[in-house]
Amino acid sequence: MGKVWVVAEQREGKLKKVTFEMVTLARQIGGEVEGVVIGKDVKGLASELGEYGVGKVYVADHPDLEQYTTAKYTRVLAELINKEKPEVVLIANSAQGRDFAPRTAQRVGAGQVSDITGYEEGVFVRPIYAGKAYTKVGATSHPLIVTVRPNVFPAAEKAGGQAAIEEVAVSFMPEDLKAIVKEVVKQVSGRPELTEADIIVSGGRGMKGPENFKLLEDLADVLGAAVGASRAAVDAGWREHRYQVGQTGKTVSPSLYIAVGISGAIQHLAGMGSSKVIVAINKDPEANIFKVADYGIVGDLFEIVPLLTEEFKKLLKS
Amino acid sequence: MKLVVLLKQTFDTEAKIVLKDGKIDDSGVTLIINPYDEFAVEEALRIKEKLGQGEVVVVSAGSDRAQEALRQALAMGADRAVLVKTDGLQLDEMVVAEVLAKVLQQMEYDLILAGWRAIDDSSAQVGVRVAEILGLPQINLVTKLEVGEGKITGHREIEGGTEVVEVPLPALVTAQRGLNEPRYPSMKGIMQAKKKELKVINAVDLGVNATPKVEIKEIFLPKGKQAGKIFTDEPAVAVAKLVKALREEAKVI
Ligand SMILES: Cc1cc2nc3c(=O)[nH]c(=O)nc-3n(C[C@H](O)[C@H](O)[C@H](O)COP(=O)(O)OP(=O)(O)OC[C@H]3O[C@@H](n4cnc5c(N)ncnc54)[C@H](O)[C@@H]3O)c2cc1C
Repeated sequence: MGKVWVVAEQREGKLKKVTFEMVTLARQIGGEVEGVVIGKDVKGLASELGEYGVGKVYVADHPDLEQYTTAKYTRVLAELINKEKPEVVLIANSAQGRDFAPRTAQRVGAGQVSDITGYEEGVFVRPIYAGKAYTKVGATSHPLIVTVRPNVFPAAEKAGGQAAIEEVAVSFMPEDLKAIVKEVVKQVSGRPELTEADIIVSGGRGMKGPENFKLLEDLADVLGAAVGASRAAVDAGWREHRYQVGQTGKTVSPSLYIAVGISGAIQHLAGMGSSKVIVAINKDPEANIFKVADYGIVGDLFEIVPLLTEEFKKLLKS
Repeated sequence: MKLVVLLKQTFDTEAKIVLKDGKIDDSGVTLIINPYDEFAVEEALRIKEKLGQGEVVVVSAGSDRAQEALRQALAMGADRAVLVKTDGLQLDEMVVAEVLAKVLQQMEYDLILAGWRAIDDSSAQVGVRVAEILGLPQINLVTKLEVGEGKITGHREIEGGTEVVEVPLPALVTAQRGLNEPRYPSMKGIMQAKKKELKVINAVDLGVNATPKVEIKEIFLPKGKQAGKIFTDEPAVAVAKLVKALREEAKVI
């Protein structure tokens, strides 16, 4: 095995957790683990990566890279791949990673395995048909681009050490600058992002109305959790699309997923089936969600959820 | 405006997955238009309606059966369809993209729309790869789209917010849920669809020379999950037991 690259995901000068998860995976794959950091004023992040046992880090630091665009990132990464010839390139399966990974793959003539959830001796494991089946995929040529689902691999621990830092010359072609980002609207919420959250509390049609989501928000606040929703709740207009979990919503893999008043339709399971521990709260003992739940309570959510919030409060305070 | 929609036929979302000789068996399975591609078709139709002129062409790479999906898009209002039969080809996402790009190179387009992923293999690569081959700018995961003079502006979903991106035309966008609500074909639409052009070509005749870069080594079904612990006690007791189990057994709190 040659070089295995971890393309760091950074936002506002901070490395995202998925970056460290990819370091763990890179070590499993074997070979020389190297990092790539792209952005503006990101040299500090490169040395930080070194502390996690990454031997060498390529840094593309340029004022034009402050704002992400597909074309700019593709230009930088594709040129670096062509020059340095890594064998495997790991990229986060985030909104950003998903956007430039296939473009880069195509430019360098590489295959891509998307949204992987496992690795076994040279092959990558990924769900297909919304988790109803899995495939093991291998490369017939290199480089291979792999996008990695967040929250699946354990984050690497600090190992001490220092990375050799190599600065990459960055220059753009006129066509790279054609896309203009007019505006970035941030969701102001104290809660973690669904796809990154360690705990998710999700509500469905059983919530009966938008006002009752307050119950889930209270629970989420105690747990530091994100709040998700089923499509029924979104279609009813109780939550925004961006919070929908499922086949036509977000794919999530938190350590704990609490499904409240959600029946567990196959399309919902498609988005949360890879959660490590699933808890269901539903008044219908026959609800499909109980088939995938690790723990469940059969009962009225309006009674159960406030009690649950209190119980967690007690536990987490003591 | 020339609008082209890339469309894939996929398994119905409720379909049960059965393996036969290590492959996924599609006999007896109901097939549908990939739901994200339906958003793309709808958006193309709306753009054409809004501008009061233009053409919507749907293009699919797949087997003969994909004609059903194309007919449905025609019934929704698309003007004509192209099916590229990929039977007998060794496929991966790159090869499919090369095939589609070859067909597109023979067409006129201002805007190409696709779903951001297909719900069967969920690779989320083909649209973007096509954009790269054709040298087009892309806006991925679009939840709102505005067509201007020689440019488009898309609102695209990013972690923790929305990004508004403008690119010159021609361009490629991929559709995300939230973009619109796809219409159902009307009776009249279904009747008209029968008369619309559906051109079938063979991918092997296109002279694509890309070979697959990845290979599926194995397909397997997930192990059935063990039955979980369901607490049916009175609420306060059940809640106490659940929280204890999450802390001591599952160790997630
Ligand atoms: C193409 C396609 C894509 C789809 N994509 C998605 C997707 O991405 N995500 C998704 O979620 N769905 C998706 N769906 C929809 C999916 O099929 C279901 O309709 C949806 O998940 C149902 O949502 P629900 O479980 O909230 O509602 P329901 O199925 O109505 O279930 C509500 C549940 O709440 C329980 N309940 C009611 N009151 C109480 C109470 N007081 N206390 C406790 N429990 C209570 C009921 O017992 C019931 O089990 C999709 C469907 C299609 C066709």
